Amino acid sequence: MENRLSMSSSPHIRGDVSTSRIMLDVLIALVPASLAGVYFFGLHAALTIIICIVSCVLFEYLSRKFLFKRGNTISDLSAAVTGLLLALNLPPALPKWMAIVGCFFAIVVIKQLFGGIGQNFINPALGARVILLVAYGTRMTQWTAPRGFNGADAVTAATPLGILKEGGELPGYLGMFLGNIGGSLGETSALALIIGGIYLLVRKVITWEIPVIYIGTVALLSWVLGPEGIFTGDPLFHILAGGLMIGAIFMATDYTTSPMTRKGAIIFAFGCGLLTVLFRLYTNMPEGVSYAILLMNTAVPLIDRHTVPKRFGGGANA
Amino acid sequence: MKLFKGGVHPPQRKNTAEMATVAMGVPSVVIIPMVQHLGAPCQPKVKRGDTVKVGQPIGDSDAYVSAPIHSSVSGTVTKAEPLVLTGGKPVMCVEIKPDGLQEVFEGVKPPVVDSRESFLAAIRASGLTGLGGAGFPAHVKLNPPKDAKVDTLVINAAECEPYITSDYRECIENTHGIIEGILQVLKWTGIEKAMIGIENNKPEAVKVLSQAVSGIPSITVHSLPTRYPQGAEKTLIYALTGRQVPSGKLPADVGCIVMNVVSVAFVASYLKTGMPLIKKRVTIDGSAVQNPGNVEVLIGTPIKEVFDFCGGFKSEPKKVIMGGPMMGVSLFSLDLPVLKLNNALLAFDEDESRIPGETACIRCASCVRACPMGLLPYELDRLVNAKKFEEAQKLHILDCVECGCCVYACPAKRLMVQSIRIGKDYLRRNAKK
Repeated sequence: MENRLSMSSSPHIRGDVSTSRIMLDVLIALVPASLAGVYFFGLHAALTIIICIVSCVLFEYLSRKFLFKRGNTISDLSAAVTGLLLALNLPPALPKWMAIVGCFFAIVVIKQLFGGIGQNFINPALGARVILLVAYGTRMTQWTAPRGFNGADAVTAATPLGILKEGGELPGYLGMFLGNIGGSLGETSALALIIGGIYLLVRKVITWEIPVIYIGTVALLSWVLGPEGIFTGDPLFHILAGGLMIGAIFMATDYTTSPMTRKGAIIFAFGCGLLTVLFRLYTNMPEGVSYAILLMNTAVPLIDRHTVPKRFGGGANA
Repeated sequence: MKLFKGGVHPPQRKNTAEMATVAMGVPSVVIIPMVQHLGAPCQPKVKRGDTVKVGQPIGDSDAYVSAPIHSSVSGTVTKAEPLVLTGGKPVMCVEIKPDGLQEVFEGVKPPVVDSRESFLAAIRASGLTGLGGAGFPAHVKLNPPKDAKVDTLVINAAECEPYITSDYRECIENTHGIIEGILQVLKWTGIEKAMIGIENNKPEAVKVLSQAVSGIPSITVHSLPTRYPQGAEKTLIYALTGRQVPSGKLPADVGCIVMNVVSVAFVASYLKTGMPLIKKRVTIDGSAVQNPGNVEVLIGTPIKEVFDFCGGFKSEPKKVIMGGPMMGVSLFSLDLPVLKLNNALLAFDEDESRIPGETACIRCASCVRACPMGLLPYELDRLVNAKKFEEAQKLHILDCVECGCCVYACPAKRLMVQSIRIGKDYLRRNAKK
C-alpha cells in the first residue's frame, strides 16, 4: 500500500474561530471593567477577581474529573469567564469564602450538573449571584463607597438605585458614567463596560441586537413610566445605574442562555428590558437586571421554538 | 441584486489564477468509469482486447437520464471490471492501455443540428454532464418539462470554492467559445436570455466577458459579491433573478436553467468539431503540491500521474481532495481516475489536513447565521445524533445543500453537515421503502 491518505467528509477546512478564542475575547473585553473595579474599590476587588477565576477553574477541573468523569475542559476558558463575571457582580467587600461558595454553585451546580458548557439553562454567574443573594442577603447588599487608591477604610454606601428607593442625594451622571458610585465590583463604570462591548462587537463575538434593544427598552420604558406621570422618567439615570450595562453587554449576550435567531434575540432583549423596568419601578427590590435576565433565560427554549427562521425557497408558508 | 442570507468567507487561495492551462498529454493508462453522471450507469460497449480510438463511445445506456462515455485515448482495452471508486461502491470501469498515437475515431465529426431535437440528440451524444460538480446529464437539463416556462439561461462562473481557478481560466482562455456556446444553447432551446454570474474577486473575467458580450443584448454579465456559496445553484439564481427555487423543486420551476461556464463552452466546441467530452481542465493545488497549476487532463488519467506532471509532492500528502475544500470528496487512493466533472485536485500536507476535534455546542448561533438555506444546523445535528429523523425532516433537513458553511463557521467544530448527510440518507432510504 502506498502512503495512507486520511479521509473526511467535506468541508475539509475550518474557520479560525474557536470556543477558547471567543472566551479569550470576552476576558479581554472585561479587562477595562475589571481595572475600573480595582481602581474604585481597591486591591480587595483585585483579590476577589483572582479568587473567583481560580475557584471556578478549579471547580470545573475537579468536578469533571472526579464527580462527572468527563474530559477536561478548562482550556476552553469558559470557567474563567464565569469566574470573572461572577466577581464583577459581587459587592466589593463580600467575604471571600462567600464568593467561593458562589463559584461552586455557578460551576458545579448550574453548569456541570446540567451537562457542562452549552447545556446550562441559566447564566451560571447570574444564577450564583442570586443564590448568594438569597443565602447571604445582608452581606450581598452591603456596598462600599468608591475611593480610588487614596481612601483608607472602606465606607459603606448605597447604590444609586438604592438611594432612589430609600431616598437621599443621587450622584451625578458623570460619576455614574465613569463608575465613581456604589455598586457591584465591575458594574459601576458604564464607560469601561461600553469599551468592552465595542470590542466584542468589532470582534464579532456578539451582535448589536441584545445590548442595544435591552438598553433601549429600559431607556424608553423608564422615561415613559416616570414618577410624575408618563414621560417624566429619567432614562439616562436608569441606563447608567445598577447592573444594566454589564447585564446587557455581558450577561444577556451569553450564547448558551440566549436565543439562536435574530428574531428570538430581539424578543429576548425586549423581555429583559421590560422586566428590568418593572422590577426596578414596581417591586420593593432596588435592582432587577439579574432577575430579568434569569427569567428570560428560562424562556429561551420557548422563544427558540417560535422563532424558527424562514427557510430559503420556503415560500409564504415556510 | 438579491443577496442570499448567510454564507462564509473562507480564504480564497486562488494561487493558480494566472497560470495558463498546460496540456498533460497521454498517461500510461486510463481508467474510465461507466458512471460519471447522475442517473443510470452506462453498459460497456467494449471488452478486453478491443482496440479503441479517441472519442469512440465505450459506454452507453438506454435510459434517458444518462450520458454516454467515450474513450479519451487510442489503444487497447485491458480490463472491463468493477472497481471501488469514491462512492464506496464498485463501479464498472474500462481500463485502456494507450498506444500513444491518439488516433481519432472515425465517427467523430461535427453533428448535423437543424432543430431543437437534433440539438438535444447531439448534446446527449457529446457525453456532456454538468461540469460544475453535480454531473447532471446536459441533454436532460436542457429539455425541461413542457409546462416549465424557461426564460433565463444562468451561466455559472462564480467559482466560489477556495483554490479552484479552472472556470476562471476558461473565461480568460476561451472567452469567445463561452459566448458562442451560449448563443447556440439560446438558439436551439428558445430561451430568451442568458445571464453570466461571476464573483467580483475575478475582475479580469468580468471585464473580458463584458467586452465579448457588448452588442449581444441577449447575454449579460453580472459581478457578484464574493461570498461562499455564491456559486451554488439556488443562491446564484437568486442573486441574478431574485427568484427562489422552492424547496424540493428544480431551477426550471422558476424559469431558469443553470449551466457551468465550461459546460456551455464545450457545447460550442462539440458542435464545431464533434469531439466528445474526453478531457478536462483541472486546477492542481494544495500545500503538498510542488508546482500548482491548471492542467488539461484526459478523462480517466490516474490522479497520481497528474500530480507527477506537476512535479510531484513537496511534502507527503495526507489528504487528497477531488474538487474544492468546502464540498470536494477526499480520496482513499491516488490510483483513482480523473472524471468528467472534476475541476480540481488538491493535495494537503499534514498541517493542512488536520481538522480540530469536535467540542460541545455553545449555542453561539454562528451556524444559523451562516446557513444560506435558512435552516437550524445545530438543531438538525442534535436531532440526527438523537436519531429523531422525523423531527429533523419537519425542520427541513432535506433542504440542506451540504455547502458546509455551518461547519466552517462553528467555533466548537461540530460536524453538523456530516450529521445532516446521515439524516438525509436515512430519510431518503426509508422513503423509498
